[in-house]
Amino acid sequence: MTGPRDVEAYLAEFEDIPGTRVFTARRARQGYHLNQFAMSLMKPENRERFKADEQAYLDEWPMSEEQKQAVRDRDYNRLLDLGGNIYFLAKVFSSDGLSFLQAVSTMTGMSVEEYQAMMLAGGRSPEGVRSKKEER
Amino acid sequence: MARITAGIGCSHIPVLGFAFDHRRTEEPIFKPAFDGFSWTRDWLREKATPDIVILVYNDHASAFDMKVIPTFAIGCGERFLPADEGFGPRPVPTVEGHPDLAWHIAQSLILDEFDMTIINEMEVDHGLTVPLSMMFGAVERWPVKVIPLAVNVVTYPPPSGNRCWALGEAIARAVENFPEDLDVQVWGTGGMSHQLQGPRAGLINPEWDNRFLDRLAGDTQELRTIPHIEYLRETGSEGIEMVMWLIMRGALGRSTRALHRHYHVPVSNTALGHIVLEPVDGSVPPSATLEGNDPTAQALIA
Repeated sequence: MTGPRDVEAYLAEFEDIPGTRVFTARRARQGYHLNQFAMSLMKPENRERFKADEQAYLDEWPMSEEQKQAVRDRDYNRLLDLGGNIYFLAKVFSSDGLSFLQAVSTMTGMSVEEYQAMMLAGGRSPEGVRSKKEER
Repeated sequence: MARITAGIGCSHIPVLGFAFDHRRTEEPIFKPAFDGFSWTRDWLREKATPDIVILVYNDHASAFDMKVIPTFAIGCGERFLPADEGFGPRPVPTVEGHPDLAWHIAQSLILDEFDMTIINEMEVDHGLTVPLSMMFGAVERWPVKVIPLAVNVVTYPPPSGNRCWALGEAIARAVENFPEDLDVQVWGTGGMSHQLQGPRAGLINPEWDNRFLDRLAGDTQELRTIPHIEYLRETGSEGIEMVMWLIMRGALGRSTRALHRHYHVPVSNTALGHIVLEPVDGSVPPSATLEGNDPTAQALIA
């Protein structure tokens, strides 16, 4: 059997992966309105209203002030910490006209050019970023 | 009788849909990715066009938002329109469903104790339409009917690899029991290694990916036992999509042979994997359920 017998033990392991925010139930609850806000940007009329006045549009959603600020800052790591999910947040960076590659690179501490060069060279090796506690 | 004739595993990378739609497939960055599908395009056109594809994919916050999150959902509608993912819908044909077989499979799976969500109306995003473009190229209409089978691999926990494999086996039992004479393929899409979020974004693990491809062919069932944490550690946060390939593999039965295989890095943020499998011994275990008349299940409530 592969299934976990203990949900807490199952979840605890996710916190051991360096530089990774797994979209657990805790994050799904925390980010519900943030993600639904992002989802609303699928509609062109909502994108226009958001672009015209970001603060006013954000205030229509029962999001925390931290979440709203992180959206305004386009701080995607912060948004992940506040319960955002990358497939929902994609609606925000798509509204900004950014590709996945451009947006994803902003979370890595690298410039877009450096990130793109890393990908063209074969991507980031899993060596050393599998586990925090085991340092492997 | 309907039969499962082959399985395909492949990534469903959105940028390939973009390159395809904008006629940029010959550009150096995209050409190696598209070239890897030419064998399969020829094979499907000349030798192995199925009547129906059961296409296993995940929705990427297009048809489903956070309001409803089905673990396994099956599309039983007549047709499915391409979703607008923010840049307008992809200019590809409408996806024609096969409600008779889809409803038959849904009923069979529920009696097999899989709690399927039945979808009659939804739009389908790149997860479903990019593989169709890669396999069939530019066409006026898709040459097959498609039964969408959507899996939650976004909100945790996704189903286990073992559960996905078992679902594939149950799909095989359902197809075998459908009275019409139909060739059916099962495609498992998504993956391979990629991480689209956080400071570890850009993770690619070709060794692990290729070992996964190795074990899709043959008769080993080792892939069933890979836990979520291994996918996450070894293949990035979005590598978990590979559990969807196991629905395809489970549906092909006891033993398979690889007809074609292609692996390419990178395409945008991800590794591209693609494999064509045929069943060698398509037998699957009988339903271990009460409705399937399993004696063990009967004994449990006796």
